[in-house]
Amino acid sequence: MQVYLDNNATTMVDPQVVEVMQPFFSEIYGNPNSLHKFGTASHPALKNAINQVYNAINASDEDDIVFTSCATESNNWVLKSVWIDKILHGDKNHIVTTEVEHPSVLSTCRFLEEQGVKVTYLPVNEEGIVEAHTVKSFITEKTALVSIMWASNETGMIFPIKEIGEICKEKGVLFHSDGVQAVGKIPVNLQEVHVDFMSMSAHKFHGPKGVGALYIKNSQPLTPLLNGGEHMGGRRSGTLNVPYIVGMGKAIELATINIEEKMSSIRAKRDRLEDALLELSDTFVVGEREHRTPNTILISIRGVEGEGMLWDLNNGQIGASTGSACASEDLEANTVMLAIGADNELAHTGIRLSLSRFTTDAEVDYTISHFKGAVARLRNISSSFAKQKPTKGGEVQECELHHHH
Amino acid sequence: MAKADMLGASLWDAYSNKVTTLMNNPQHQGEIFEAEAEARGNKLIVADFGAESCGDAVRLYWEIDPSNDKIVNSKFKSFGCGTAIASSDVMTELCIGKTVDEAVKITNIDVEMALRDTPDVPAVPPQKMHCSVMAYDVIKKAAGLYKGVDASTFETEIIVCECARVSLGTLQEVIKLNDLKTVEQITDYTKAGGFCKSCIKPGGHEAREWYLVDILANTHKEMDEEKMKAAADAGAAGNFEAMTLVQQIKAVDAVVDENVRQFLIMDGGNMEVIDIKKGDDYIDIYIRYLGACNGCASSSTGTLYAIEATLKEKLSSKIRVLPI
Repeated sequence: MQVYLDNNATTMVDPQVVEVMQPFFSEIYGNPNSLHKFGTASHPALKNAINQVYNAINASDEDDIVFTSCATESNNWVLKSVWIDKILHGDKNHIVTTEVEHPSVLSTCRFLEEQGVKVTYLPVNEEGIVEAHTVKSFITEKTALVSIMWASNETGMIFPIKEIGEICKEKGVLFHSDGVQAVGKIPVNLQEVHVDFMSMSAHKFHGPKGVGALYIKNSQPLTPLLNGGEHMGGRRSGTLNVPYIVGMGKAIELATINIEEKMSSIRAKRDRLEDALLELSDTFVVGEREHRTPNTILISIRGVEGEGMLWDLNNGQIGASTGSACASEDLEANTVMLAIGADNELAHTGIRLSLSRFTTDAEVDYTISHFKGAVARLRNISSSFAKQKPTKGGEVQECELHHHH
Repeated sequence: MAKADMLGASLWDAYSNKVTTLMNNPQHQGEIFEAEAEARGNKLIVADFGAESCGDAVRLYWEIDPSNDKIVNSKFKSFGCGTAIASSDVMTELCIGKTVDEAVKITNIDVEMALRDTPDVPAVPPQKMHCSVMAYDVIKKAAGLYKGVDASTFETEIIVCECARVSLGTLQEVIKLNDLKTVEQITDYTKAGGFCKSCIKPGGHEAREWYLVDILANTHKEMDEEKMKAAADAGAAGNFEAMTLVQQIKAVDAVVDENVRQFLIMDGGNMEVIDIKKGDDYIDIYIRYLGACNGCASSSTGTLYAIEATLKEKLSSKIRVLPI
């Protein structure tokens, strides 16, 4: 058996999605901006996809939803264009975000800092979320934009977006939310929550990679990131990626229809897995279950280094993830883990398991059994569980020579 | 960056079979207890290096025959990734049968070499090289405990890049000899900074005492100082061609003051040195006439020849004097 439990990284494309995309490669391939019938042949499917996305997040007809190549593009677009519109050509100079955003937000913010923009990176509490009152206290008259994720990719923790939206509205500050980990996993209703901009990515909800979108409330102005032909009403140039947009529409529809039912099914499996893993001694999971997306577990296993654990899971055909130091290619410690402010150990012993609606009970059973076996093997090797004490003078209590952070 | 870098490396695929095998099935993991070592008449040394909060930790056990300082048995425990486990395993294997003095000579390079399937293919990808460094460090610590000395006494030189074991002395020498200007050049020449990259500049994987960027800057500063010192010596020795520009101007002025200026002043004129340009064959001294000299017919003939001849005689035969 092989088990894919890395659905916060990317998901399998639903075969129903592949099916609706299929005609738009070699049969209906015209450029939708062309006047001839080859071009306009794709219009019904594109209109349908647009409707599917609007319906899924309950956007109003006055709002824009612009398809992009990915959420990284959507995030870059908002940050860089708000900089151009409100800072370079306005009297603002400040952006508020959090320490735990996706690199497409953090790295863009660092780029903007180099351009002279002041950026506040808000800390998270021990549950890994930013509290609304914290956001409020950092907004100034100079603040152009608040950019805060809807849910965390690492912990699954859901941020108080409704409250933050109200604060931004009241203060007259633009509000962007990276909704990549929320859309398709939990209900996102933009009639109930105030956001000016929201980023989405199709491959996080069983759509194809290479397509995302940016929601823009009330079609408000935002300088384009990509200049070129007048595609998407001039908001985002580049020939429409017809099959992928069609796929995204289908995927978001499939993910959000009866979402409560889907959530409770995933949650039941997630909770069962979590309960079973927590039977292991010296383990803990970050964040209250009720405050998390229903598919995510970030578990710390004392004495077991994250990459070593991933290796053993991989040997058992289980795909999981860790952001710990050894695992990532650039050897950086998991910023989210560090931001949570728990023991340093956590940053090196965290394993993220993220389920999907395709995860089966049999896969959960298999994972529980293999996971426990791997923990037993690695703890048997681990110095953290050794019995013979070091020779006097040979002990190390805290990180001395290796300062990873 | 190039074609080979366009797709992120699949880290685990770059491991040697030996690394993979030992990760999955380490041969020397386990503990030796004091009571059992004593029962065999041996001394047990247990040393820790790293900590969970660092992301990797290793505990090394040495059972030593006190009659000949030989390590008769060795085990390890490791909190770390697979590479750390495999490195620790090979480290213990290398220790067994050696005396403590022989064991302290084992480096992380030896450990990595022992993990290779074939001698010329690295056992782990560059960013994993640092995992074997702990093996080296913990051996030093164990040896220090056995001998009752500090582990640093086994360090004869300052190691700047632990992954490639490149010392400060080597780096300074290579930078000077080859006049290296960039960190990339240092990596090309010495491999330092080519692995975990911590030693390149602050803010990497781990904090270091020495960074390549600083060593590069300081060595260049030293090189400049040496150049200056050489020039100062040259000036003192009267070697005009080896002098710095400032020294040359001073030297020219001194000669002019001594031998030329008084005659110009007597005729109501003067001169100043504007610039000196060093060529391969000539040293051109640009001068400007002042006062009555300016426009005097002799200033481009007789007077000029006299000035040039004097400077040639006193300073260098390569000198040409050019009025502007």
